[in-house]
Amino acid sequence: MNAKTKKSTLIAYLINFVGIILLFLAFTGVFKSNLLGSKTTYIMGICTTACYTIIMVASLNILVGIMGEFSLGHAGFMSVGAYASAIVTGALASAGLPNILLFVIALLVGGVASAITGVLVGIPALRLKGDYLAIVTVAFAEIIRVAFCNFQITGGGRTMSGIAKLSNFYWCFWVTVICITIMYMFVRSRFGRTVKAIREDYIAASASGVNVTFYKVFTFTFSAFFAGVAGAMYAHYMTAMIPTNFNFNYSAELLTEVIIGGTGSFTGSIIGAAFLSALPEAMRQFSIYRMLAYSIVLVLVMIFKPGGIFGTYEFSLTRVLKKLAGGELFKGKKKGGAVHE
Amino acid sequence: MSKEPVLKAQHLGITFGGLKAVDDFCLEIGESELVGLIGPNGAGKTTVFNLLTGVYQPTEGSYYLCGQKMNGKKTHQVVAAGIARTFQNIRLFKKLTVLENVKVAMNMYMHYSLFSSIFRLPGYWKEEISIEEKAYELLDIVHLRDKADFIAENLPYGQQRRLEIARALATGMKLLLLDEPAAGMNPTETAELLDIINVIRDKFHISVLLIEHDMSLVMKICERIQVIDYGVTIASGKPEEIANNPRVIEAYLGKDEEEVAL
Amino acid sequence: MQLALFIQSVINGLNQGAIYALIALGYTMVYGIIRMINFAHGDFIMVGAYTLFYTIPLMINAGMPAWLAVIAAIVVCVVVGITVEIVAYRPVRGQGSMTALITALAMSLFLENLAMVLFGANPKSVTAVFNLPTVTFLGATLQTKYLLTFGIGAFMMVALQLFVKKTKMGKAMRAVPQDKEASTLMGINVNKIITTTFAIGSGLAAVAALMYCSTYPRCTTDMGSMMGLKAFIAAVLGGIGSIPGAMVGGLVVGLVEIFVKVYIAPGWYEAITYGLLIVVLLVKPTGILGKNVGEKV
Repeated sequence: MNAKTKKSTLIAYLINFVGIILLFLAFTGVFKSNLLGSKTTYIMGICTTACYTIIMVASLNILVGIMGEFSLGHAGFMSVGAYASAIVTGALASAGLPNILLFVIALLVGGVASAITGVLVGIPALRLKGDYLAIVTVAFAEIIRVAFCNFQITGGGRTMSGIAKLSNFYWCFWVTVICITIMYMFVRSRFGRTVKAIREDYIAASASGVNVTFYKVFTFTFSAFFAGVAGAMYAHYMTAMIPTNFNFNYSAELLTEVIIGGTGSFTGSIIGAAFLSALPEAMRQFSIYRMLAYSIVLVLVMIFKPGGIFGTYEFSLTRVLKKLAGGELFKGKKKGGAVHE
Repeated sequence: MSKEPVLKAQHLGITFGGLKAVDDFCLEIGESELVGLIGPNGAGKTTVFNLLTGVYQPTEGSYYLCGQKMNGKKTHQVVAAGIARTFQNIRLFKKLTVLENVKVAMNMYMHYSLFSSIFRLPGYWKEEISIEEKAYELLDIVHLRDKADFIAENLPYGQQRRLEIARALATGMKLLLLDEPAAGMNPTETAELLDIINVIRDKFHISVLLIEHDMSLVMKICERIQVIDYGVTIASGKPEEIANNPRVIEAYLGKDEEEVAL
Repeated sequence: MQLALFIQSVINGLNQGAIYALIALGYTMVYGIIRMINFAHGDFIMVGAYTLFYTIPLMINAGMPAWLAVIAAIVVCVVVGITVEIVAYRPVRGQGSMTALITALAMSLFLENLAMVLFGANPKSVTAVFNLPTVTFLGATLQTKYLLTFGIGAFMMVALQLFVKKTKMGKAMRAVPQDKEASTLMGINVNKIITTTFAIGSGLAAVAALMYCSTYPRCTTDMGSMMGLKAFIAAVLGGIGSIPGAMVGGLVVGLVEIFVKVYIAPGWYEAITYGLLIVVLLVKPTGILGKNVGEKV
């Protein structure tokens, strides 16, 4: 990072922002013009599902790909965000607040509740590593599920319904963009660098002055926050939920998507999540074959391409434009630019 | 001038389940001094390093860095206070670049917040640019500037060792612990290493404690040598004294001619 | 009344515990040799249970004792276990525990979803295997088939322990996790040992399925993962890698579950089990009977 690369990086950010706006306009155009006819609401629904799935997969990728540790309890954090936000918006229902404000409150409440849970879980859990950490995350997620099944305020084990439908695609799109951007900025900073060092060798990191425990818990909490935001989005889209929606199977599915997409690649997480949330809908009659296919693909990926399909590759709009313009657009150090949504 | 020695270890010891790995270890190192720590394999030298860097907590004794008591501090706190080390079996951040390896060790001097990094505030750019400059300077000292963007695990062995030194330097330590820095190096690389160590001492005025098996290096560069065997200090003094000490020769140096860097 | 409830809880707890112990034995054997948590172990039990579902009626129609169906279950489970090992685990051996964990998870998902495709989502009722009398005892009922479960568990534990400690193959099995390369140099066929370990573990799963189905005569495609997790907790509690530990751990988990369900809070008993795991892993990760292995710096 020097003055020259700072300039080209800022230009790259601008290019990506423009690209995202164009994408949003494209989506808006397709949906508002009723191009898809009667299927519009259905497709919009899939896109909304893709939004929170993308956030879930990307936030899990920060733990698995960047920090190099397992979590098989990510769905637990999502459920905390979902229920906390639903309870709050339920309480505020009669306050007459505009929907957008209610939505933002829901997301923040979900994120913060989940983050607090993240700290509480992370401090003990992150003393363990590898297999044991994975099991402990399952244990914590299950405890959360059992708790929600026992509290009356969360439905006491039955469906909690009547949640306000606040999540529409247009808002969710921008929330997703914001979340991914924040995660990306985290990774491309001293935080991401330090966490990657911990992943590579925590003893050496410690010997380089890094407070390993702090960074691990911090990253864990950071990841949990976004799971909570995704949970809030989910709750206010589905309008009804039950604790078993957030069970071990869902956590395992998320982990599968992270691995297949590529640990350490936002591009992989986004495409993987988008593709895989569209897939169940497209393959409705084949849904029982879906997880079967996932698991086979996962084994194949593990054997032949352990880094995942995308590995650490990141799509770069800047790179694409440079190629199209014959590479003369920018001087200075070439850098893989920011992620294009 | 009565100044506190950089390192003062007093009766430092550690027992592992009945086995006394290090017993009554005493050592004082002054500013810019270069002291060697030698002994047969398994003597406890790396254990001493682990004690001094908070990896193990001593079961007896204490040690001070510039007068400040270090007992009980965790590794990263010891490093922040000013003791850095390299490892016997190189521990680099394998998949990170050479430059990133060094930058990680400078994290404690960076203060921009997560907020700052999310919104790419001026603080972020300023610190990142400044750290990069300093990192390049350190790479210059170990002659690795042109390899800055290489992935660490792709470097040849000798360069990896030098990178580890650069990374340790990046912590801004007052005392540098080098654990067999010349292990596996050929004579050319060893000579280069000697140069680097001399440059470090001249430029940074840091004290160095060096574990080595390469006796020619030890004799050439150390001002003082401490010898331990089975966790116990058996001799301490100037290189010539040590070379002629019968107890040392008996335990270790007797194989001087055959002793070659691993 | 109180005494009867207490005794009943002890009986149920020990029975539940013995079932967990049988499952835990499989986990601990594999972990002890390969240092890998076979996430799919619980699903091997599911495979065994479905096999029993189909073969018990066959046995009964053929006029044979129903429990002989366990032989078919053992054969099927062993075949599945060996196949999983060769096809999925062996290619990724040595690539780090993360890869091993994910592959195991993938196999678990594969088996569960394959079962879903083959057998459908509806639970299946397994025909009763043992028609043994029920005994009343100080106000509590003891189904004597519980004694069978317990007895088989204890027998398996002793047999395995003797096998591992006394036989040549057992010694080879203990050598492999210590140092794979040295083992090979000593003439040990590491692949064969590992495959045999999986075979034994899977066989144990089939027996565990039998005893599980005699108490809870129902099989579903997801019975494996939750059972597997609880049994894993048992194995860790007792000391992962320790055969007697699996027994101890299993009984503790079984008793804790039943007692919490009966006396403390019925809706929370699962949480207590998981909480127990967390506490054990944080306080004494090597478990009740396990040994400590540090990390070299």
